[in-house]
Amino acid sequence: MKISREQIEHVANLARLNLTEEEKQRFTTDMEAIITFADQLNELDIKEIEPTAHVIPIQNVFRKDEAKPSFDRDALLANAPSKADGCFSVPKVVE
Amino acid sequence: MQLYQKSAHELRDLLLHKEVSSKDIVKAYLDRIKTVDEKVQAYVTLCEEGALKQAEEVDAKRVAGEELGALAGIPMALKDNICTEGVKTTCASKMLHNFVPPYSATVAKKLSKAGTILLGKLNMDEFAMGSSTENSYVQKTKNPWNLERVPGGSSGGSAAAVAADEAVFTLGSDTGGSIRQPAHCCGVVGMKPTYGAVSRFGLVAFASSLDQIGPLTKDVEDMALVMNEIIGHDPYDSTSAPVGYPDYTKDLYRGVKGMKVALPQEYFGKGINPDVQAIVMAAAKKLESMGAILEEVSLPMTQYALPAYYLISSAEASSNLARYDGVKYGLRAEQYRDLLDLYKQTRDEGFGTEVKRRIMLGTYALSSGYYDAYYKKAQQVRTLIKNEFENVFGTYDLILTPTAPTTAFKIGEKTDNPLEMYMHDICTVPINIAGLPALSMPGGFDQTGLPVGVQFVAKALGEEKILQAAFALEQELQIKSQRPLL
Repeated sequence: MKISREQIEHVANLARLNLTEEEKQRFTTDMEAIITFADQLNELDIKEIEPTAHVIPIQNVFRKDEAKPSFDRDALLANAPSKADGCFSVPKVVE
Repeated sequence: MQLYQKSAHELRDLLLHKEVSSKDIVKAYLDRIKTVDEKVQAYVTLCEEGALKQAEEVDAKRVAGEELGALAGIPMALKDNICTEGVKTTCASKMLHNFVPPYSATVAKKLSKAGTILLGKLNMDEFAMGSSTENSYVQKTKNPWNLERVPGGSSGGSAAAVAADEAVFTLGSDTGGSIRQPAHCCGVVGMKPTYGAVSRFGLVAFASSLDQIGPLTKDVEDMALVMNEIIGHDPYDSTSAPVGYPDYTKDLYRGVKGMKVALPQEYFGKGINPDVQAIVMAAAKKLESMGAILEEVSLPMTQYALPAYYLISSAEASSNLARYDGVKYGLRAEQYRDLLDLYKQTRDEGFGTEVKRRIMLGTYALSSGYYDAYYKKAQQVRTLIKNEFENVFGTYDLILTPTAPTTAFKIGEKTDNPLEMYMHDICTVPINIAGLPALSMPGGFDQTGLPVGVQFVAKALGEEKILQAAFALEQELQIKSQRPLL
């Protein structure tokens, strides 16, 4: 399976990664090898097989919708790289 | 015998008879860490003051005659992807180098309630992605048996710490073998419980449909003791199984008489080192001599487990790791043009090569036009693998296999070839795919003196049978007194 430079750049953008030139080249080679390895799944006839997402049959786990003590705002903001007025702070999003 | 060489159950007895205090034990371990961790480099954070304080508290309770659990006063350590309130939890990543969680993982809370003492946090492959702990942003942990070799991974710090007597026991996490493979490399006991049996609340997520927390211990009895403390339903983890769990110490001595043990031929084929193979077969013979019934079986889907695993785990990782954006916690790049560039620059600087590689693969496998061809197909193959195991467990109590194809490899030996590195997980990955419980225990040593693990697998929630067989085999092998010289 060939992977083009455009594909790598497209996927890197989806993944929100600024890759260096060296990384782009390296990941192109690596991903080609890994995808080729993964392509052996094509040997199997699985058209009729249901996919398994979770191995234990637990579904629709609900709880009562009741108010419970939550975290202190300052405790949660303690790790923020940038904060202002009790909020996370980011660069301007809309002009 | 030094205090730090003793198992949890031996220390428990000494504490019960008031022959030592918890503070004595903690001090012995802190001294041990100071002596050997320079060489082993298992710890990324040490909680010296906190540990001594906790020990004093447990000692005071004991003096006051309070009823205490089996592990009260026993020092342990946690893999650095298990959140600990007020104690840095970095996942050995630059991305979280300064992250101090505002809450503790359920397992950390449970162990604290049981009176165990946190010595510190342990090195790992960044975000648990790797098989050698070489992907750590912090340091390279060494194998205590041979300092030129890797301790395995991703819970390499957790395994090395137990092997080097730097903790009585530790917790790790296992997504594709990350507890069992390092346990094999370092000659300790490591268990991945059934998916859903131990809460993952507070475990930094890698691949949510595969991740499982489990213990690494000096022997099988300790494993049963630690399992008793951490297992159980947790409303904070919606994948947690709301069922009753047994006391694992109760029937530990039952033996293997009449147990039906399957040897799947696919785990003994090409690529498996002859020394490893011989040790696992010798273990099988021992079990037979103790009354187990051994038969060969076939699990032909085994070869598809590894490719399915890399698609599923990378896809889930790419989604789970999307949260690291430089906004709420962790690293933020210093230079950026706008919000989008802040994300991209932070993620480029914060993640190491292996993490980026898997995010790329996972994003590709989930991207428009490829979802059916990769992620969905892998989940369909998962069904086939799961069914195949269920079939075998219709007839057999346990499966016995090697834990890994070779003993611990040299540092740097596989870092340039991701696929070769992935191959070291070939015997452990299928178990995660099927969500089953499995344990690796020392079965012997290869010709160069490196430990070799044997792996027991059971049906879902079949931990008790695994522990019974492992305990019986451990008694018969009599090798647990062999420790690395540091």
